[in-house]
Amino acid sequence: MTAPLIALRGIVIREILRFVHQRSRFLGALVRPLIWLLVFAAGFRAALGVSIMPPYETYITYEVYILPGLVGMIQLFNGMQSSLSMVYDREMGSMRVLLTSPLPRWWLLTCKLLAGTVVSILQVYAFLLIARAFGIDTPGWGLLAVLPALVASGMMLGALGLLLSSVIKQLENFAGVMNFVVFPLFFCSSALYPLWKMRESSVLLYQICSINPFTHAVELIRHALYLQIAWQALGWTVVAAVIFMALAVIGYDPARGLMRRKAEA
Amino acid sequence: MRLPALTLGLGLLAALPAHASGTLYVSNEKDDSLSIIDIATLEVVGTIPVGQRPRGITLSKDGSVLYICASDSDTVQVLDLKTGKILHDLPSGEDPEQFALHPDDRHLYIANEDDAIVTIVDVDSRQVVQQIEVGVEPEGMAVSHDGRYAVNTSETTNMVHWIDTATKQLVANTLVDQRPRHAVFDRDDRRLWVSSEIGGTVSVIDVDSKEIVQTIAFALPNIHKDQIQPVGMELTRDGKLAFVSLGPANHVAVVDAQTYEVLDYLLVGRRVWHMALTPDEKTLFTANGVSGDVSVIDVEDRKVVKSIKVGRYPWGLAITP
Repeated sequence: MTAPLIALRGIVIREILRFVHQRSRFLGALVRPLIWLLVFAAGFRAALGVSIMPPYETYITYEVYILPGLVGMIQLFNGMQSSLSMVYDREMGSMRVLLTSPLPRWWLLTCKLLAGTVVSILQVYAFLLIARAFGIDTPGWGLLAVLPALVASGMMLGALGLLLSSVIKQLENFAGVMNFVVFPLFFCSSALYPLWKMRESSVLLYQICSINPFTHAVELIRHALYLQIAWQALGWTVVAAVIFMALAVIGYDPARGLMRRKAEA
Repeated sequence: MRLPALTLGLGLLAALPAHASGTLYVSNEKDDSLSIIDIATLEVVGTIPVGQRPRGITLSKDGSVLYICASDSDTVQVLDLKTGKILHDLPSGEDPEQFALHPDDRHLYIANEDDAIVTIVDVDSRQVVQQIEVGVEPEGMAVSHDGRYAVNTSETTNMVHWIDTATKQLVANTLVDQRPRHAVFDRDDRRLWVSSEIGGTVSVIDVDSKEIVQTIAFALPNIHKDQIQPVGMELTRDGKLAFVSLGPANHVAVVDAQTYEVLDYLLVGRRVWHMALTPDEKTLFTANGVSGDVSVIDVEDRKVVKSIKVGRYPWGLAITP
């Protein structure tokens, strides 16, 4: 096995171990979307059906509508969690060990990204299986078809997390990330309401939602669950992932990156 | 890794079992037309203009002509399905809404909503054979499979009126819940199912004694009781299942026809009226009035698989093989 692959394996296994050992984190990752699904959606429940829109071919309940949005939420929080652990690693010094590896830094960051994505996908499947047990199901083969979409959306949201971790100075600043990144991304998206409904209340809000990369990640997942490819959403997700990742690599570059500014500060 | 998984998924989608062949006709109450749906592809393949406010539609025994209640034209139209042309109109009495064809393939029993009568028309001679006085606002019509009884439900009198088809006389009445709209005989003519729109129930009546043996009620979480308004009903030939459309509750109830237990509720379009089962009884179609579409239900999986846009206010359905 070549060095880059050994590094990849090591980082992925470390992330999975870290995740599995933190049982409360696993529980938290599942409880959060389940509360939304079973409590929020129940209160909001459109028992008389949500209008037909692609990829749905008939009327659906609200639970069925928000399922892909909650899958996106799991990946969003997981991306932020990875970001948090990067900041933690940096404060604890274990990141120094990682970054002193002779392998190129972008590769190490990509490994970290892949590791986070694998962990998020494990969470998503656990969630989808529980939702199924509650009778909120999607076409069986959708569970398979959604995998590549989850890889794309997980990478994009993970890259966003990496980017954030490169600019956050201390662990304590993380609450700001929740306020200024996670909530706006989640609420200004198609996760909770169809975009046409947003447009009815505010065109500006609709436009913000339409350029939100999280909206595209959710739509990509939504269509994949129903065995369809949302090309536009896929394009947006990939472009956003590449931009976030490139910025993160620059951010972690000691010569010119944001890290240097931090050191100076 | 991305592409093979997707290709696999899409390939399997394409390999899903196809629906049976056949043609579905849907009457569009507000568009004065019929939509034609190809059952194999589940797509609308044509539209035929007909008389005003078409509601009940039914096929002749050989499936060559379709009878259409054109309520506001006060006539029953006869449509040649080969040419898609109206052959002629039949005298029907005023405001025909629902009707039933006797197994002799010759006598149509038509409910005249405004006149409180049932009109019997001979489709060959195109003459009214008889008019029978029934309750106020007659609506539902059914003829037993053995041809012995024709029944009519009157929306305001809240009764089922039993007509002996041999003597063409009213022989009995059964009181049911408020606003009975539709009646269906089970396959062996032992039971008659009657839906009460305002009462929110389905009464199952013993044909011999003409007494109610069971009343089925419906309850959906989060949907107000007033919105549960049973109208259309379809029974499977094996006598195991009954489907009841619940109007503005936007659901179809699946009922065990032996224990009368409600097994499931399926979400369809807005204000579901009547339904039709394919001859193989694997697919059920529902006409959703307000949303203007037809929902397709997989009977075995008890799942709604698709909704197909048709004209405005679809009401009645008929299927030819």
